[in-house]
Amino acid sequence: MKKFKNSTLKQIYGYLFISPWLLGFIFLTAYPMLYSLYLSFNKVKITADSGIITEFIKFDNYKYAFFTDVSFVQSLVNFLIQLLLSVPVIIVFALVIALLLNSKIKMKNFFRTIFFLPVIITSSSVINELTQQGATQLPGLSDILNISALTATWPVYIAQPVNYIFNNLITILWFSGIQILVFLAGLQKINVSMYEAAKIDGATSWEIFWKITLPAIQPLIIVNVVYTVVLLSAFPMNPVSPIIRDNMFNISTGFGYASALAWIYLIFLLGFVGIYALFTVRRGRD
Amino acid sequence: MERTESKVKSPEKMAKVKRILLGGRGSYGVLGNIFIYMLLIGIGFVYLYPLLYILVNSMKDLEDLLNPMVKWIPTHIYFSNYEKAFKVLNYMPTLTQTLYVVLLSTIAQVISSSLIGYGFARYNFKGKNFFFILMIVTFLIPQQTLMIPRFLMFQKLGLLNSVLSFFVPATFGQGLNQALFILIFYQLFRMIPKSLEEAAKIDGANDFTVFARISLPLATPAFVISFVLSMVWYWNETYLSSLYFGNVIKTLPMQLQSFVDSYRLLFPSGAVVTDRLNESVRMAGTLLTIAPLLIIYFIVERWLRESIDSVGITGE
Repeated sequence: MKKFKNSTLKQIYGYLFISPWLLGFIFLTAYPMLYSLYLSFNKVKITADSGIITEFIKFDNYKYAFFTDVSFVQSLVNFLIQLLLSVPVIIVFALVIALLLNSKIKMKNFFRTIFFLPVIITSSSVINELTQQGATQLPGLSDILNISALTATWPVYIAQPVNYIFNNLITILWFSGIQILVFLAGLQKINVSMYEAAKIDGATSWEIFWKITLPAIQPLIIVNVVYTVVLLSAFPMNPVSPIIRDNMFNISTGFGYASALAWIYLIFLLGFVGIYALFTVRRGRD
Repeated sequence: MERTESKVKSPEKMAKVKRILLGGRGSYGVLGNIFIYMLLIGIGFVYLYPLLYILVNSMKDLEDLLNPMVKWIPTHIYFSNYEKAFKVLNYMPTLTQTLYVVLLSTIAQVISSSLIGYGFARYNFKGKNFFFILMIVTFLIPQQTLMIPRFLMFQKLGLLNSVLSFFVPATFGQGLNQALFILIFYQLFRMIPKSLEEAAKIDGANDFTVFARISLPLATPAFVISFVLSMVWYWNETYLSSLYFGNVIKTLPMQLQSFVDSYRLLFPSGAVVTDRLNESVRMAGTLLTIAPLLIIYFIVERWLRESIDSVGITGE
């Protein structure tokens, strides 16, 4: 009898502890999501006296987004390209830096301080100021090798990504602070005896990396990819963010259309992460 | 590798040179070390370059700025840019306002995250796994989707144009990237041995007392990480804050966004050449915006690093 009472009490305490989240989820996430889904099928007008007026227009907002509003689809495509280019670069760089920091080096803490610095100071207004001054491009790099001249003879679909990465190298790198820490934590957890056993068996560092290190941190790569996608998608300077916000206060389109765009954006992001997850899971099974 | 081998004839010498250069067990050798440090310094430079750029350019006067010979070392240090940027940003009032908004939201977020993380880590209740997964999924919902209905809700409830539009979601576990903080606390509380809490319960303490007296003090690393990250993310946030706060509350990054316009109001152009807006003044403004964060970072940096080492930042 007493045991039963205890476990019920435990349940109640559990709910009590997470109750802020439960309430918040219902009223600040679930309800707003449904509300915004509803708005996306409506033409929304906001007037001073009678508040929010909605008029049901079925899929018109969605149709408008895909077939009339050229800028939205274009910016979504641009964002997709940006994701496809930036995410691998960020992940690879974060992994390389984490591997370097995990090796036996002096001044490890000094370098860690530097590599975490961008997490502290990156805001869209700072990046904006830097981009306008051209300070996000490495001047030395363009002195040493003239990327645009080099890539001029290449096919467009190769030249463009290469140009993009080099022109935005600093902003891309600045987004990898947290990912470095995630990798570093994973690397530190790998059992040292595994490396030693492999070395005794005559494995080279290169083989050890591919056969031991990489499989061990495979789950963290997924975590980091998802985190990077979320980070880039929330960034105010990505191609899509300003469009959604501008449409909120645009008299001819308004909150209804902005909601539709936001839902397309959400589905796009979930689709991106979903396809990536499916791809890695399937590859993991083979 | 091939070349060093071919140059050295004797096999013993060759092995020794090879070990020194390429390293053997437990070391990387000279070449390996040079390579690692070159990479670290190179990437470190890329990371620091924009900061150095801001610092150097903010101290150039007009002459230095226009002189192509002066790139990295200004001929003399010039602080007037800071005076101007200080005025344009309306610095002290803006800084106070920023700290007010950021600290309130951060404290709310950290406290609620610790409670929620504890609930998920220590209790079994119906639907726990479902809620936990739901919480992680909410991390994927972009702010762009949530901000429109929330804006309308906040408008109705009168939360707009005040710090409450940040404070309320943070209190209820729906703040900026809050799923991450809940996860950090969740992970830490699971690491604390249950026996500690059970001992206290036998002595008659109730669950909340156990949480406050025993578990919370052990969760310092999670508090440090969450506090720092939450603070910098709220500080650097401009997209939501400019929507929710309108023109009523201005944080430093928001002021930096409207720097050009504010400057024109303060220093109408054309009057004196040296009064025109130039890159140096804007860089001074940028540095003033990030300076408080940099100072805080360098104060807590060591603490933060140790905390990250003891908790990690994600779970498996």
